[in-house]
Amino acid sequence: MSQQNQPEMLSGGAMLVRALHDEGVEYVYGYPGGAVLHIYDALFQQNDVKHVLVRHEQAATHMADAYARASGKAGVVLVTSGPGATNAVTGIATAYMDSIPMVVICGQVMSHLIGDDAFQETDMLGISRPIVKHNMSVRNPADIPAMVKKAFYIAQSGRPGPVVLDIPKDMTMPNQKFPYSYPKDIKLRSYNPNAKGHPGQIKKALQTLLAAKRPVLYSGGGVILGRASEELTELAKRLNLPVTNTLMGLGAYPASDKQFIGMLGMHGSYEANQAMHHADVIFAVGARFDDRVTNATKKFCPNATIIHIDIDPASISKTINAHVPIVGLVKPVLQEMLSQLDKQDSKSQAQLDQTALNQWWTQIQQWREVHGGRYEQRSDLLKPQAVIEAVHRHTKGEAYVTSDVGQHQMFAAQYYKFDKPNRWINSGGLGTMGFGLPAAMGVKLHYPDAEVVCVTGEGSIQMNIQELSTCKQYGLGVKIINLNNGYLGMVKQWQDMNYDSRYSSSYMDSLPDFVKLAEAYGHIGIRVTTPEELEPALERAFALKDRLVFLDIHIDPKEHVYPMQVPGGAMNDMFLSKTERT
Amino acid sequence: MRHIIAVLLENESGALARVVGLFAQRGYNIDSLTVAATEDPTMSRLTLVTRGDDQVIEQITKQLHKLIEVVKLVDLSESAHIERELMMVKVKASGDQREEVKRCADIFRGQIIDVSPTTYTIQVVGTSDKLEAFIEAMSNTQILEVVRTGVSGISRGEKALAL
Ligand SMILES: Cc1ncc(C[n+]2csc(CCOP(=O)(O)OP(=O)(O)O)c2C)c(N)n1
Ligand SMILES: [Mg+2]
Repeated sequence: MSQQNQPEMLSGGAMLVRALHDEGVEYVYGYPGGAVLHIYDALFQQNDVKHVLVRHEQAATHMADAYARASGKAGVVLVTSGPGATNAVTGIATAYMDSIPMVVICGQVMSHLIGDDAFQETDMLGISRPIVKHNMSVRNPADIPAMVKKAFYIAQSGRPGPVVLDIPKDMTMPNQKFPYSYPKDIKLRSYNPNAKGHPGQIKKALQTLLAAKRPVLYSGGGVILGRASEELTELAKRLNLPVTNTLMGLGAYPASDKQFIGMLGMHGSYEANQAMHHADVIFAVGARFDDRVTNATKKFCPNATIIHIDIDPASISKTINAHVPIVGLVKPVLQEMLSQLDKQDSKSQAQLDQTALNQWWTQIQQWREVHGGRYEQRSDLLKPQAVIEAVHRHTKGEAYVTSDVGQHQMFAAQYYKFDKPNRWINSGGLGTMGFGLPAAMGVKLHYPDAEVVCVTGEGSIQMNIQELSTCKQYGLGVKIINLNNGYLGMVKQWQDMNYDSRYSSSYMDSLPDFVKLAEAYGHIGIRVTTPEELEPALERAFALKDRLVFLDIHIDPKEHVYPMQVPGGAMNDMFLSKTERT
Repeated sequence: MRHIIAVLLENESGALARVVGLFAQRGYNIDSLTVAATEDPTMSRLTLVTRGDDQVIEQITKQLHKLIEVVKLVDLSESAHIERELMMVKVKASGDQREEVKRCADIFRGQIIDVSPTTYTIQVVGTSDKLEAFIEAMSNTQILEVVRTGVSGISRGEKALAL
């Protein structure tokens, strides 16, 4: 064999880094420690894969996660064993609940120490098992390239999710070298997700839709993850379907289009929840009928025939029985529907029941007028809804918006009208406070020219406030919209509604001066306390292109999020304001 | 309804923990679970006995399928199958009792596999029902110990759970 054909000899640590590069990874987010020192040294000795040093491992996971949400590619995290790994747990669970592709590399103590309660040993495979798509431990350094390939393949294919790769320190020894080659493909006999969908089922779905009198298209995060919003939009237009999106699915269908009827579910629009309840056909695409959508499942959409497309068979008929199940990736399935529609186009147009559809749209229009996203207008107090609308104006609806969890999250979802997919980035499934800032950072790093806004609350932002330091180090000019109501507002809202306003630990005394705090970290802080101050503050903040600006916006502390479904009710049992109920 | 689910699993460490963890996390029942290597050293075979209505069983099979290391599975209860379980029962047996215990074991086609002056250990093989019936039949005898392997199952005829 000639010299050139001989594979390069690399240590386990170097193979790991090289494999990441060969996988196309540009950034790794992480935090060093004993068990990963060899890997960090391998990182130091090359320039292809860049490392971002966060201030807490949780932030690394959310950065990787948000990068994945915006780009569609798996984000990569590197943490040490023990506390490094356990600090990553919340972020892994967050990604798992929203089916986000992520590869988390955790250091582990030396193989021969495993099981001995060694320093910084935790059973990360055991801890992470219920919150990962898969996890693996390296037993032999020579396996590292293949295991990296497998980790990415599993994380990114089928229903995506996080994969944990546990690497004992002795697998990365600098002085033990192995021939390196990165596999081109991988095939697993025990895992090959079915992508295409059954043509017969697809045909049946199309026939059901064509015959519908009161159809609703209900789409979720699967359309965002599956990059199928173009197909979804086309199909909706051709069949004249009213479209509602889940919290995870916002942006899959343009919010400014007249066929969009808003988000559905717990804080969904009046018209979306009414339309769902009265629908005769529900076309669920990449959505999973979760409890924040369905309300009481027994009362869910009593008259509807349900068509359900999902890549995960376990999501179909889990909580709500599907009459026309289709297992497949949403994109090819929707494409197949479109092409079947093309084939029978002239016929099918005739088949659409235009009279019934017109009646249905008239009904929906009437529902739209009932609530229509109205909120109290005040000249003396800043309303959170008005702030979000102003942010939308200032960013021309083009920003990537990340959020934390609470009332501010719901206001952002309701009032920032997303016209594009992958722009709305929030922790929907786990509802992780502390997600917003690191998520914004992950997006900004990859899209430095894009406007990235983090909508947060004074409670949530403090869960990962330390990342302001990371932002300084890497020049991440995100804009933080802190909707400061002085309360754990969403908790307070429930206490107002269900506990006679007994505010058990939902008020935070001694909030920091966020402006000074931002300044202490080397950023710009602006406080807004009156409605007049809002416009100039936003003007100034968005003009400061490359700087992180922390806008501490004092809003009405008493505001609630509406509509709100009545717990235990049907889709359309809702509170519409503090005094109105359906 | 009682279901017997047979699973081919990659023979990797942690794979079994994933299966057991799944049942614990999602609150599914396990009546019995057996696992051992197959003729192919890269795979082990697991037989699970569980209970639930159709919807629960459907979820169980789908969730099992989702585990990366699950190669194939079949709900044996959906078609003709054979199930077997092995049980060893140690009973007090002295004097007159010895004959009676032996007769009872014979009726169930059990074998006495260990003897001491005061005890018999009987091995019985059969369906879970049969094993329970045997324990029932021994109710007049003092049972010292019962150990059961859990159910193993296989399809009848040419149908096979294999790669
Ligand atoms: C890590 C975590 N802990 C607790 C909760 C429960 N929780 C949901 S919303 C909320 C209040 C959030 O307060 P804030 O960030 O100020 O937002 P607001 O609701 O006031 O807009 C809490 C405590 C959570 N979602 N995440
Ligand atoms: Mg608050």
